[in-house]
Amino acid sequence: MNPESAGLRVSDQNGITRVEFIEQNILDEANIQQIGEALSEVVDAQDKPRLLISFRNVAHLSSAALGALITVSNRVKSKDGELHLSDINPNILEVFKITRLDRLFEIHDTTAEGLAAFA
Amino acid sequence: MSPNGMNPSDEDAKAPLVGEAVLQQGDPSGLKIFESAFFDALKTSGYDEGQIFAIRLAMEEAIANGFRHGNDGDPRKTVKITHVINTTDLQVSIEDEGTGFDPEAVPDPTEDANLEIPSGRGLMLMRAYMTEVNVIPPGNRIEMYFRRDA
Repeated sequence: MNPESAGLRVSDQNGITRVEFIEQNILDEANIQQIGEALSEVVDAQDKPRLLISFRNVAHLSSAALGALITVSNRVKSKDGELHLSDINPNILEVFKITRLDRLFEIHDTTAEGLAAFA
Repeated sequence: MSPNGMNPSDEDAKAPLVGEAVLQQGDPSGLKIFESAFFDALKTSGYDEGQIFAIRLAMEEAIANGFRHGNDGDPRKTVKITHVINTTDLQVSIEDEGTGFDPEAVPDPTEDANLEIPSGRGLMLMRAYMTEVNVIPPGNRIEMYFRRDA
């Protein structure tokens, strides 16, 4: 799965894999499945994945998208890696809080803070 | 024609916007066309960005659940949406062709033990963002109500 075709921009910065959603809306189930597969490939390609996912462009998401993120988080944990999220707009941050997923994920205001948070 | 001498355009502005749509599984363009018209209608009726975000989230979850769980992904089956948009409130009904489900049997996704489970958050999000959500027995129709001043 090519990350770009799943709507993801993936780059490497000093051993940290930065992922950014290209699309504004992460709602379409088929697209979410592609995102999940692309992220799994990114995680599987590393011994100890270090992933920062930025939500800078994201205006809407669904519980299916949250599900894909949880699957990624579980995978990263099983490989003793690190996952951080950043740049989540207030509406979407509220979704993380309502679902209490702000307890599961390490969420940072900015990409810079997210990058600085890696061990 | 207005019998009580009211300006007809004022009357039109207060009339509820009533609509119905039948969506097919695997037809994202049909969904997009419906949503674009629906959210435009909310905007026209004075709903603000935060309210539209809330309604959109709840609608997306209900429609996705209808396709995925209700219709079990069967592309021949449909999800029917009816809505009444008033300037003060919104009523929406979302019905799939499935056999229904028991909302009481859905585990609480916010429990610590369930946080790492990837699914099961749709209904709780609908309830969090709408003023009222009712699952109509046998469970293949969801009625949602949103009051703007709530």
